[in-house]
This record gives sequence, C-alpha cells and structure tokens, in this order.
Amino acid sequence: MQASSRIPTAPVGAAGSYVARFVPPLLDPEQQTPALVSGPNGKAAVKRFNVYRNNVTVSLIEALAATFPATERITGETFFRAMARFHVRETPSTSPLLFEYGRDFPDFIARYEYAQSMPWLADVARIERAWLDVYHAADAPALTPDALAAVPPNRLGDAVFMAHPAVRIVRSDFPAVTIFAVNRATGPVSRIETSASESALITRPELEVAIRNLTPGADILLDRLLSGVPLATAAEEATSRYPSLDLATAIATALEAGAFLAIHYGEKP
Amino acid sequence: MSTSTGNGSRLALVSQRLPQHQIAGLAGTSFKHQHLPAILADDVPGGFFEVHAENYMGAGGPPHAALARIREDFPVSLHGVCMSIGGPQPLDRTHLTRFKDLVDRYEPALVSEHLAWSTHGTTFYNDLLPLPYTEATVGRVADHIDEVQETIGRRLLLENPSTYVTFVESTMSETAFIRELVKRTGCGLLLDINNVFVSATNQGYSALDYLGDFPLEHVGEIHLAGHAEQQDDEGELLLIDSHDGPVADAVWKLYEMVIARTGPIPTLIEWDSAIPDWPVLKREATAAQRILDRHAQVGSREKFRASV
Repeated sequence: MQASSRIPTAPVGAAGSYVARFVPPLLDPEQQTPALVSGPNGKAAVKRFNVYRNNVTVSLIEALAATFPATERITGETFFRAMARFHVRETPSTSPLLFEYGRDFPDFIARYEYAQSMPWLADVARIERAWLDVYHAADAPALTPDALAAVPPNRLGDAVFMAHPAVRIVRSDFPAVTIFAVNRATGPVSRIETSASESALITRPELEVAIRNLTPGADILLDRLLSGVPLATAAEEATSRYPSLDLATAIATALEAGAFLAIHYGEKP
Repeated sequence: MSTSTGNGSRLALVSQRLPQHQIAGLAGTSFKHQHLPAILADDVPGGFFEVHAENYMGAGGPPHAALARIREDFPVSLHGVCMSIGGPQPLDRTHLTRFKDLVDRYEPALVSEHLAWSTHGTTFYNDLLPLPYTEATVGRVADHIDEVQETIGRRLLLENPSTYVTFVESTMSETAFIRELVKRTGCGLLLDINNVFVSATNQGYSALDYLGDFPLEHVGEIHLAGHAEQQDDEGELLLIDSHDGPVADAVWKLYEMVIARTGPIPTLIEWDSAIPDWPVLKREATAAQRILDRHAQVGSREKFRASV
C-alpha cells in the first residue's frame, strides 16, 4: 500500500520533506526560520518558530538537569545550563525515553573546557547516571546475606556471583562519592576534608536506591565478580593490589547492599 | 488490512486480573509520584489518573510500583507522547512494542497519542512538532494510526495539537484533516480544549468555529490545561501550551459549551510543570467534575453506567 514502511529512515520525497526542512534550525541558532512555515495570512514566523527551538533545547537541558542534580548544584544553575546547552546541540537524544538520555554527558563534562578546574565533576555525573539506571532497572529479589554461609567451603573458589539488575559500580580517582552525597542531599554543603579516591556501589534491592563507598580493593573485587569472574580469580586480582583487603567484609557489604541475584559454580548455567 | 479498531471482541480476551474501574463521566488529573501519599490518604480522591507512557518504559523500580498502586484503586489513562505518528518515517517498532506492553500490563481505560511528530532519523526532539495538512500526510498518518491500533488491539484516541506556525503547503483545515483520519482509521479523539484555544488564538481563527467543525461524536476524552502568554513578531498575543498553571476562564467556558452538547466525557486536568500540591490539582478536577455532573442527563452515549 505504501512504500515508506520499507525505508528505514525518513523518505526525502515531497510528502516527507517538511520534517527534513523543519529540523535543521531547531538545534542550530545560526540557521534561519524555514520558509515552509509562516504565521496566519503570511505573517512572519520567527518568534513563532522560536517556540519550537526553545521547547526542544530547554526540555532537553531540563532532562539533563533532572538526571544530574548534584552536578548542577556543584556548578550552579547558569554554568550547568550553558554546559548542558552545548551538549544538547552536539548530542541530542537518540531515544524517546528521556531517562536514557545523558549517557555521553559525563565524558562531555570531562573534556568541557570550562569544567577543567573540577576534575572530579565527570565522576560525580557518572554516579548520577548510574543512579538513574539502577532506579529504572528490573525488579528482582536480591541474594540474602546468609546465602554465602550455604556455599560449601570447597566450592567457594569457583562460586560465580550473578549481578542483580539494579547494581552499578563507579570507580573514581577523586572523593566522588562524598561529593555526590553532600550535593545530592538538600541540606547545606559542608566542607569536604577528604581527597582520597572513592568508588561507589549503587544498588536498589527494593525501591530505594542506596549508595555505598567501597574500600580500596573491594571495588576491584566486586567489579570483577559482577562481570562474572569466579570468586578465587576476582579475589586474587584484588588482593594482589591490596594485600590487606578483607574479602569477607567486602562480600558481606555487597550482599547486604543487594548486589547479587544468585550464586552459580564454575560455568554459568 | 486495517480491520479491528473498536474495543470489540478482543477486549473479551483481556484477563480480569486487574479491577475494571469505570471511567465514564469522571474528571481526572495527571499522576505525579509526589502526590501518591496525599492521594492515598485522601478521603474522597475520586476521579481517574493519566500517565505519560514513556515514563513507565523502564524495566522496573519505583515508577512501576507507583503506577501499579494507583491502578489498583483508580481508572488509568495511558497517554503516549513520543510515537511520532505525524512524521513521515516508519514508526519505531521497538517503541511501539513497549507501548503495547504497557497497554497489556496496566489495562488502561483510555489510550491516546498525539497528532504530531518528534523524531527525525534517529534524533528525538522531545517536542510535539507540527505537520502540514495535505492529502499526502493524511494518508501517512492514517497508516500510522492503523499500525498502532492493530498492534495494541484497541482504539486509539488522537489528540489535536497546539500550534504556533502554519504550513504554506497545507491544503486542508485541521478539523477536516482530523475528520478524514477518523473516517479512514476508526480512531477516537482526545479533544484538548486548551490546545484549541491556543491554536485558534495563534492562528487567528475562532475556537467556536473550530469546535463547531470538530467531530465531537468521536471524542473519548477531553484535556484541559493552563497556558502562558508571549508575543509574536508583530507584538500580537502568542499563547504557549505550557501546562504549568490553572485552566483559563475562556477554556472553562468552551469546555462547558462542549459538554452541554455531548454530555459527560472523561476529562483530564493536565498539569506537568510547576506542579502544585495535590489539593490544588484536585480542586481543578473537582471544578471539571461539577460541570460533568451538571450535564449528566444530556446525551445518551454515556448512559450505560456499567456496574462492576
């Protein structure tokens, strides 16, 4: 009946050209109002078309502000919106789901010239992006802390911990977890005394997103476990760099946080 | 190819795992999560709730928990915002499948989308962008509506847009375009009276004439919302569909006129930014409910008043 269903992208024929001519100025302030639109009776449409430009740009900036509130609190609203505007114009959303938008924003912040004096800002944004992924992740009962006790000691080494859908780790060379926590809350921001590197464990066993600061080495251990490496291998990697790492405490922390779904042995099922 | 568009036989196959709340004759509000405790604590919450479908397209978490809770006690209306039905490119099948999954999961009393587009290629512009009204576009939009209705197995209500520009190439009025879509697809309509008022002001035509030419007999839901005021290039009034305040007096008057003619139609107060506390939002819905109740005896098509 109609050929368009076989064409993967927008057809360039006359019936579809209104879209191709309408979009270029939406994110490019240098481009003029497209000639295909006007006000009533041929009236000018510059300010009228600007309503659409404004809706597109501002709503995407606001989507970023909603996903990255701590980042915005750190930079201040004016700085954040200017930074977000650059990003929106360079990398608009490719999904109609706005909670998927902003995956490239932390990397953008890392190379944004005016943010170079805040080298930890991109990591705070990475935590916020992970926070939202955890918030929307699938629901599932988490493995309970007593599950470890049920593992036969001779099977402990080849135990493979399956990741819960709502778990992320963000590793930082800066105190990003502390900076995130004080700026994500609504209270006054007190002076941050630490300069140690921090890693975030972000989970949502039920409905509340929780964030924990992992000790050095625990982040390596859990990162490896969550990628499906057996416990013995993960433990060896972590303790080779951090010999004093308390493995039992690290695993107990992750279990308590609801980071795992199940335990398998050797091969994944 | 496009066959079933009504609620017809397929509805009989719908499981009865969720309560079948009736929505006929009710006023409702946009559902905002921050209102959930106040709604559940309200002695007379009444009404129905509408959600933007895209906000519930994540896998799990608090959004689904909140919607599942509200769905237990109230009729829910599922309002799609991003299907890009008015665009020339094929519908995004992944998005359409997600939309169908929500219809199946929550069994909403009403399902609606917009006469607008928002995606070009792979870029999503997050706005309800306008289209020219021509023979070519009416055919394409009708195909898209057919595809949505066939996928979800239900009738879709299509919402009239608020517009700020007109297309030089348009050959049909908006109402003629919408009537043609109804004729070709059997879809229903979501009449947004604030959009009518905004567009009429911006385009220099009479809202009354527009409503006089609108196929009211196919309207399954009404939207009311607030708008903001700006100026166009000539310094004349340009209204913005902002959803950030109370419904304007002029829009209430048009609403009462429509309801007097049609009898009660489920009516939503849309309020999406600068969201007030629950009592303020509820007060707007109560005002709409009073108008619905005043005209409850008018018209016959809402009289079934099913008792479930």
